[in-house]
Amino acid sequence: MDIFLQQIINGLVVGSIYALIALGYTMVYGIMQLINFAHGEIVMIGAMVTITCINLLIGAGINLPGPLLLLAGLLMAIPVSMLLGFAIERIAYRPLRRAPRLAPLITAIGVSIVLQQAAMLIWGRNYRPFPAILPTEVHDFFGAAITDLQVAIVVLALLLMGGLFFLIERTKLGRAMRATSQNPEVAGLMGVNINTIISMTFMIGSALGAMAGVMVAANYDQAHAYMGSLIGLKAFTAAVLGGIGNLAGAVVGGILLGLIESMCAGYLSSSYKDVFAFVVLIGVLVFRPSGLLGERVADRA
Amino acid sequence: MNAPQQLLAIEGIHKRFGGLHALNDVTLSINKGEIYGLIGPNGAGKTTLFNVLTGLYLPDEGKFNFDGKNLFRQKPYVVVESGIARTFQNIRLFHNMTALENVMVGQHVRTKAGVIGAVFRNPSAKAEEATIKARAEELLDYVGIGKRKNELARNLSYGDQRRLEIARALATKPILLALDEPAAGMNPNETAALKTLMEKIRSDGVTILLIEHDVKLMMGLCDRIAVLDYGKKIAEGVPEQVKNDPRVIEAYLGVAPE
Amino acid sequence: MAIDFLKTPRQRLAVYIALAVVLAVLPWALGGLFENGKSWLRAVDFALLYIMLALGLNIVVGYTGLLDLGYIAFYAVGAYTYALLNSPHLQAMLPVWMMHPPFVVMIILAAFMAGLFGVLLGTPTLKLRGDYLAIVTLGFGEIIRICLNNLDHPINITNGPQGLNGISKVHLFGLDFGKPIQWLGLTFDVAHSYYYLILAFCALIIFVTLRLQQSRIGRAWVAIREDEIAANAMGINTRNIKLLAFAMGASFGGVSGALFASFQGFVSPESFVLMESVMVLCMVVLGGMGNIPGVILGAILVSITPELLRDAINPLQSAVFGRRVFDPENLRMLIFGLAMITIMLLRPEGLWPSRRRKLEIHEHEEEATA
Repeated sequence: MDIFLQQIINGLVVGSIYALIALGYTMVYGIMQLINFAHGEIVMIGAMVTITCINLLIGAGINLPGPLLLLAGLLMAIPVSMLLGFAIERIAYRPLRRAPRLAPLITAIGVSIVLQQAAMLIWGRNYRPFPAILPTEVHDFFGAAITDLQVAIVVLALLLMGGLFFLIERTKLGRAMRATSQNPEVAGLMGVNINTIISMTFMIGSALGAMAGVMVAANYDQAHAYMGSLIGLKAFTAAVLGGIGNLAGAVVGGILLGLIESMCAGYLSSSYKDVFAFVVLIGVLVFRPSGLLGERVADRA
Repeated sequence: MNAPQQLLAIEGIHKRFGGLHALNDVTLSINKGEIYGLIGPNGAGKTTLFNVLTGLYLPDEGKFNFDGKNLFRQKPYVVVESGIARTFQNIRLFHNMTALENVMVGQHVRTKAGVIGAVFRNPSAKAEEATIKARAEELLDYVGIGKRKNELARNLSYGDQRRLEIARALATKPILLALDEPAAGMNPNETAALKTLMEKIRSDGVTILLIEHDVKLMMGLCDRIAVLDYGKKIAEGVPEQVKNDPRVIEAYLGVAPE
Repeated sequence: MAIDFLKTPRQRLAVYIALAVVLAVLPWALGGLFENGKSWLRAVDFALLYIMLALGLNIVVGYTGLLDLGYIAFYAVGAYTYALLNSPHLQAMLPVWMMHPPFVVMIILAAFMAGLFGVLLGTPTLKLRGDYLAIVTLGFGEIIRICLNNLDHPINITNGPQGLNGISKVHLFGLDFGKPIQWLGLTFDVAHSYYYLILAFCALIIFVTLRLQQSRIGRAWVAIREDEIAANAMGINTRNIKLLAFAMGASFGGVSGALFASFQGFVSPESFVLMESVMVLCMVVLGGMGNIPGVILGAILVSITPELLRDAINPLQSAVFGRRVFDPENLRMLIFGLAMITIMLLRPEGLWPSRRRKLEIHEHEEEATA
């Protein structure tokens, strides 16, 4: 088996998931300069709701093909996550928009704890297996193994990213979002309803996060109430690596991080792969303090 | 009368930001004890030159000598130590510190107590701290805001904030004090008081470099004036001379005088 | 705030004496009042360790304004420094003179090592701002933890995830803190004697912080927080002053870590996870950044509340539902999270902010309503 190609494939799969989640971080950051610490938990809730939904359908004896079951689960999980994202912003962040910078960070951490513990209360402390509804056959791809699921994850992630870019660059909503991230006050004066834009940003980010959550659960065949913190941390790292606040940066950072990790796991040591990822991050930031694609902020005296 | 003694000399300074040539071959010299004015239209590079002279920007090429020292591409704290202090066009005080504390911070570079001194308060550290405080109070009185010493900088009036910035800069014991548009946004009374203050500072032996838009103020105050336009020095001389220079009039009005 | 009405030195002295008396009898009071007084005393000991951590982080975050999300790494460095030199694990590898150094030497060494790591972290991150710094410090914390977790091969240095066992207790003034100590007819258990030991270090750190705050160095830190460019232009060597903040903050963490290792008798990487860093940050921000009493209050609340909830949660559940419906462990952390959100929403400036910070926030409110 070709290790190099295999690690590239694995890295791309994980990387495109990171990228999707990183987009959620970076969109919120671009508009409000806030690290939405609870985003990882949205990813987890998305995965959990989908699994529960699929299990319920199977339990009710509804025998749909796997992908359709998955779709049904997603149709449930996406609105739930969007609602959750909306509610978090309204309750925990909006009242603190003029507060000291660290106050919303602390409420974000609080929300993250609450969601994690609530998920434990609802779904228990154990790993939830992902229902075996998807085809598992392995294809040979120039000596490397690849599954339909892996292909589907990468393709779907790319489609979602393309859709998001279209939304941001080509639609009225996207223009309003860009204007708000440039300068909220001026955007407000120009008739943009900033509150609506921020809510929309959270909801779109949460929807992407929920889908990413399902991808994670399907890819690793399991989900857990604590899964959000690690994956969220990785995705946030990816967003910073690419240049936080920059959408293309989140995608580049995500895929790069995925590749770095899988290469390190394949050739060096899997226990040090996170160390390696952070070392690369620090190295990049030393030379480019605003990330790979981030704008260089000149010191204006 | 003694021949003017050169204090600061820059030669052929260039500074580029990407494609923008912000300073193009700027040469000028400032003499000890004078008030030297820097004028020019918006975007001419005045503040950029200021930032180069105070170490916040590193110039790309040129020479920069001050008081017998080479300060080319030196760190800001070295520049301050050598005796150049500044204020900012858009006031940059330590907003949540009191007026007194702001001026105490200004003395950082002239004092040396470290962690050990801070923790053990040995006699020399204690004496130094007392001197810092006394001198800060003195300087606040000097610029005329001694009564406001315990107010947070952010709560001072605009004019008082400008004065506090000057006091903070003076706290570094400068030889050259660089003021970036100190009269911006002031009413005529405040401007007149500021003028008096600057003359007092000069008479106390500090050389002043001044950026200002208020041409009347500049003409009445400066010994010599340099004019920047598009990053180049287009004129230099005594106020009368500069005022009548056709290139200066063109730069300001956009047309050559008839 | 509360300090304001303690105007005269006499009143202040009276309060300090009262406080000293309360702190001196606290362990005995806990033992007398509660059935499980011993575990409460342990909780108090840990709260004191957290106070030191919070005060250390306060130098970096509260004074200098640098957001550090990996602070617990310095606690880990202090703890492992102590543990490696005071447990049987490395006995075979290290020369005899290095093992079991005197306590004072050990504490200084732990502070120094942690400070060294503080500089190590600070150096590459000097140019980074705000949230970029946050993620790098977070990464640094994780790097330290992962290394502790994996340095059991090829050479076994840290003993990996199993951690280090059999760490000896403190020996000071001829006393062995690992055994009950008899003094004036009183018996001091391990948790008792450690309470006084940790309390003493806590007082020392509070003293050092106070002194630093009112010094040339402390003012330079705050100046950097307020406006780094202006601080630079005023001749502050921002690089060195920032590194000093990192080193000082880290060394407090190192001292706390060393005491933790000896008190606990066991260390493992699990004690130094990201969540711990986050909790210390919460202590600083919830209590009131930059204000020493506030930070202490924050540390006590954040470390004791989960313990209080632990005792209260089951009776509460039976009272409400008549039986145990939810896992108490999850429920108490859930309530804790809700409490954090509520406090921040009600008091964004923290529970006990410094006077100047409070002024600042309330001005913002006026601007917002105007």
